[in-house]
Amino acid sequence: MFEVALSSLWSRRGSVMLTLASLTISMAIVIGVEHVRAQAENSFVRTVSGVDLLVGARTSQVNLLLYSVFRIGNATNNIRWQSYENITARQGISWSIPFSLGDSHRGYRVLGTNTDYFEYFRYGDEQPLRLATGAPFENPLQAVLGSEVATALVYSVGDEIVLSHGIGNTSFVNHENLPFTVSGILAPTGTPVDRTIHVTLQGVEAIHLGWQNGVQVAALSPDADDPRLAALQPTQITAILLGLDTPMAVFGLQRAINNYPSEPLTAILPAVALGELWQIIGTLENLLQVISLLVLTASLLGLSTMLLSSLRERRRELALYRAIGAHPSFIVWLIELEGIAMVATASLLGYFVVVLGFSLTQDWLSESYALVVDIWPSSTGIWIYIAGALLASALLTLIPALIAYSRSLGHSLLSS
Amino acid sequence: MTAISINSLEYTWPGAAAPTLKVPEFKVARGESVFLRGASGSGKSTLLSLMSGILAAPANSVQVLDTDLSELSVRKRDRFRAKHIGIVFQQFNLIPFLCVGANLRLAARFVPQANQDVEARARSLIESLQLHPDLLAQQADRLSVGQQQRVAIARAFINQPEIILADEPTSALDADARDHFVRLLLSIRDTTGCAVVFASHDDSLADFFETRVALADINLIKPRELSHV
Repeated sequence: MFEVALSSLWSRRGSVMLTLASLTISMAIVIGVEHVRAQAENSFVRTVSGVDLLVGARTSQVNLLLYSVFRIGNATNNIRWQSYENITARQGISWSIPFSLGDSHRGYRVLGTNTDYFEYFRYGDEQPLRLATGAPFENPLQAVLGSEVATALVYSVGDEIVLSHGIGNTSFVNHENLPFTVSGILAPTGTPVDRTIHVTLQGVEAIHLGWQNGVQVAALSPDADDPRLAALQPTQITAILLGLDTPMAVFGLQRAINNYPSEPLTAILPAVALGELWQIIGTLENLLQVISLLVLTASLLGLSTMLLSSLRERRRELALYRAIGAHPSFIVWLIELEGIAMVATASLLGYFVVVLGFSLTQDWLSESYALVVDIWPSSTGIWIYIAGALLASALLTLIPALIAYSRSLGHSLLSS
Repeated sequence: MTAISINSLEYTWPGAAAPTLKVPEFKVARGESVFLRGASGSGKSTLLSLMSGILAAPANSVQVLDTDLSELSVRKRDRFRAKHIGIVFQQFNLIPFLCVGANLRLAARFVPQANQDVEARARSLIESLQLHPDLLAQQADRLSVGQQQRVAIARAFINQPEIILADEPTSALDADARDHFVRLLLSIRDTTGCAVVFASHDDSLADFFETRVALADINLIKPRELSHV
């Protein structure tokens, strides 16, 4: 029967190839959209992992997540250093990472932190940060670059960089008196870490020494040998990442921080907030999915139309099957098989179109959009869509198949 | 023993005002070769469709190999036809996009157990029809009309049926090929001993057959009374 179905398709290869091309494009769109969606969600939801609580000044949880984790926008307010010390001194806290944000270098954000960052920060499936070259910073004027920063600005270990005040790409106020030396470069993570320049908290304080009311006062500004550098103590930070000894304590601590008496703070669960944020930006993805499914539906209807219109030219062929003893159900199965074989072929071709497409654009995607995409789509959603397409083709092919069935029941041996 | 026995058959096409056939009696003995003469539109094809079970005949009107076809379900009728009846048409006897071998195998497919040694039977049939065995691998629509008609004989005989029904099988052939075709058909019939009903409007072929019947003589409905089917 396979032989008959495939030969029959081959004998009508003109219309079959066109329909197959349309099905292949639709399947490629469906698989491609679902693949990008799954990948984006995956890398998004795993931007940080293993962090029990994220603490910032009083704000909404999405906003806190945006400015501290994704480095989009600015903190509305800072946390006093004293609060940081009080909170991290509490029982049950396993580790903490302070974040100080607000400066930039040629459009890339500068993150002030300490060496705990390299030890405790996790992304993806609890993966630690790894240095591609060099070492973590040791003194206030050293910097560790994210992989994208190093690649895009062509920096290597030992280079000197000058940070800018604020977050603009072309800030007119540069901290030129205190250049930083690159001590290490991180391996790519596919997260905002790649686009970040990491310095010490003291470094952030140092470049702001001698600034008063947002204006640099030359006489007060330090240079690299200034003795004040060593004694620098941060006064405020932007956010705190907390890891707890027992996850059970999360809600108690969250409540305590939200009710912190001496300043208004917000503590959030990053995983929950990431999920909530994904719900918001996921709307676009859902729209794309709906469109891709509509495109597929149109192609499947095209397949059904093609098979239906072929029935006229196949009238004698179908009558002949009956004459040599085929039950009408043979004809139903034959047409079903043709439809399903086409969708199966289109799924296979569409899959490889997607693989080919992503293998050609992989570098460009990761460079331009920091989107690290697997070449081989493998999310469950894709298999569900392929199975759904096969099922839908079986159902839609029933239309021409059953029409052929009912006609073949009434066929005589018309030979003229 | 009769191969085909028709008694008081009356058949009206669905939707037609008047019956196409009204045959009080018609019998074909086993192994008999019958020439059924009739002009086109006289109901020949309808009669053959009823005898082969493609069209459902009224109860007790058509007995084939002592089986009342109306008692069989559609599926059983199809299987019965595949096993016991070989059919040759005027044209379009083969699935055009399959090779000759695949056409013969497909015909054998509808009879359980017939798949065994189908290749050997196909080869010997092709040879006795004076066709080259290489033809088995050729796509059916690449064959000449004469070759296609001879392969149609092989297709009809592949399941070793007891009855062959031929519906104007020579109309598309020239005079030489026509006689050759009938001789080949009847020579294979002689070795297998099956009954042949050969329907044609061409009287010049009548002498090849043991029995000659005019449809006009057995059908009480006259062609001019028919609405064209």
